Amino acid sequence: MLKDITLGQYFPGDTVAHRLDPRTKILLVVLYIVALFCADSLLAYGILALVLAVCVRVSRVGLKALVRGLKPVVFIIVFTGILNLFFTPGDQALVEWGFLRITTVGARNALFMVLRIMLLIMGTFLMTYTTSPISLTDGLERLLNWMKRLHVPVHELAMIMSIALRFIPTLIEETDKIMSAQKARGADFESGSIIQKAKALIPILVPLFVSAIRRAEELATAMECRCYHGGEGRTKLHVLQYAGRDYAALAMGAVITVGIIALR
Amino acid sequence: MKDAIIETKDLSFSYPADEGEEPALVLKGVDLAVEKGSFVVVLGHNGSGKSTLAKTFNGILLPGGGRVYVAGMDTSDEDLLLAIRSTVGMVFQNPDNQIVANVVEEDVAFGPENLGVPSPEIRKRVDGALAAVGMGEFARHAPHLLSGGQKQRIAIAGVLAMEPECIVLDEATAMLDPVGRREVLSAVHKLNREKGITVVLITHHMNEAEDADRVVVMDDGRIAMDGTPREIFTQVDQLRSMGLTVPDTVDLLDRLRKDGFDVPLTALTVEECADAVYGAMAK
Repeated sequence: MLKDITLGQYFPGDTVAHRLDPRTKILLVVLYIVALFCADSLLAYGILALVLAVCVRVSRVGLKALVRGLKPVVFIIVFTGILNLFFTPGDQALVEWGFLRITTVGARNALFMVLRIMLLIMGTFLMTYTTSPISLTDGLERLLNWMKRLHVPVHELAMIMSIALRFIPTLIEETDKIMSAQKARGADFESGSIIQKAKALIPILVPLFVSAIRRAEELATAMECRCYHGGEGRTKLHVLQYAGRDYAALAMGAVITVGIIALR
Repeated sequence: MKDAIIETKDLSFSYPADEGEEPALVLKGVDLAVEKGSFVVVLGHNGSGKSTLAKTFNGILLPGGGRVYVAGMDTSDEDLLLAIRSTVGMVFQNPDNQIVANVVEEDVAFGPENLGVPSPEIRKRVDGALAAVGMGEFARHAPHLLSGGQKQRIAIAGVLAMEPECIVLDEATAMLDPVGRREVLSAVHKLNREKGITVVLITHHMNEAEDADRVVVMDDGRIAMDGTPREIFTQVDQLRSMGLTVPDTVDLLDRLRKDGFDVPLTALTVEECADAVYGAMAK
């Protein structure tokens, strides 16, 4: 059951979308989010949806995988939609049914809000689907490098993130093992109320934490043995470098965003 | 004796104890010099101080008393720490807990990256190190999908990429199955033979000591025995008294001797042992 957990799942590939510098992709997502929040007409949303569709096509990530990414937030989307639909004040009533009253402004808001959330999530997922977690961390570290001057520990944060990513499969494997061991002794994780189920997790979490801390200690020693001493004077095996396609992609992104803002 | 790569002088060490308790000495005056280019196996049962000894070899633990020198550098000198750690690399027991990155080549690059080696040179070292342990084709793999022996060879490659003169393996084979153990041992022996890298292998598996140049037996924080494998393994009773088992071959010969057969105890390998037994029967 734990195998189903997907955290920033990555679909390896060799398309333009995969080969773009991670920094470019992060910046493009930021631009896309800005554009989404500036869009206020059906035309603008249409353009942004089209842009996403083109990107999906180029990346060859299946639409199914992208839609699957929406599943966990369906509730939020529906909830926001309903809230906007029924509780937006306005003069022109579209439908009136008892105390429920849908205004034209409400219908418009609801539609835009739902579109905005869906596009935002799919856009971000497209980035994580086409970028390996390591290069994503790498890109973030490089992009936020200027914050070092503000004494933000950028390198340390990036290191924490990449080690966390590295240990996710190891810890999932360990959790599976502990669960099997507890089950073999008669533990029951599936039945009972939510509270009982939560309580049943305690005998899993305690050994998991203990072993994670022990692992951390050993890893720290191993890292020290390999001369780790923080980000100072560190070099990289893979150096990120912008290529022509990155400039082209960024220029296109900027033009579209400016266009959307101009449409207001 | 030739140049020593690691030298300990009257080394003692104790872990910090709980309040009110006297800290117990784990190492009680160890004098050991590891010759450059040699293959040394350190044996000892649990709690004999062998792992603690290993951790003093590159400044992870600092001596409580006495000194440790690595290629002439004092490990308690903090300014030399990076130089010391890139000279003596260390591989630990649990392969999962020493792999840092989630792509094999990125992990091997971790050491040279920390040392500030330029990128093209890192590339060369990573490829060289992976080839040296026979893992070249796995460069782009995710480490958690590899077998224990493969992971441990990646860990060795990660140390190798720092271009050390000496590799210390602290029970690096203890968690592996027999196949993995053989993979790791043959990789280490190859490095010792072909690249002249000094190897210090800490273990409690007797059989791993058969091919060593020198065997050091630790007991209760002291060096109890020191010599070639043949010299050590013939002293069956003393080894047993320290809670160590002798290799199967020596065990067999020892029992035959006690039954009155005239066989030498020095036949370590299976072939030698078979010859010895055959010789005794023919008489």
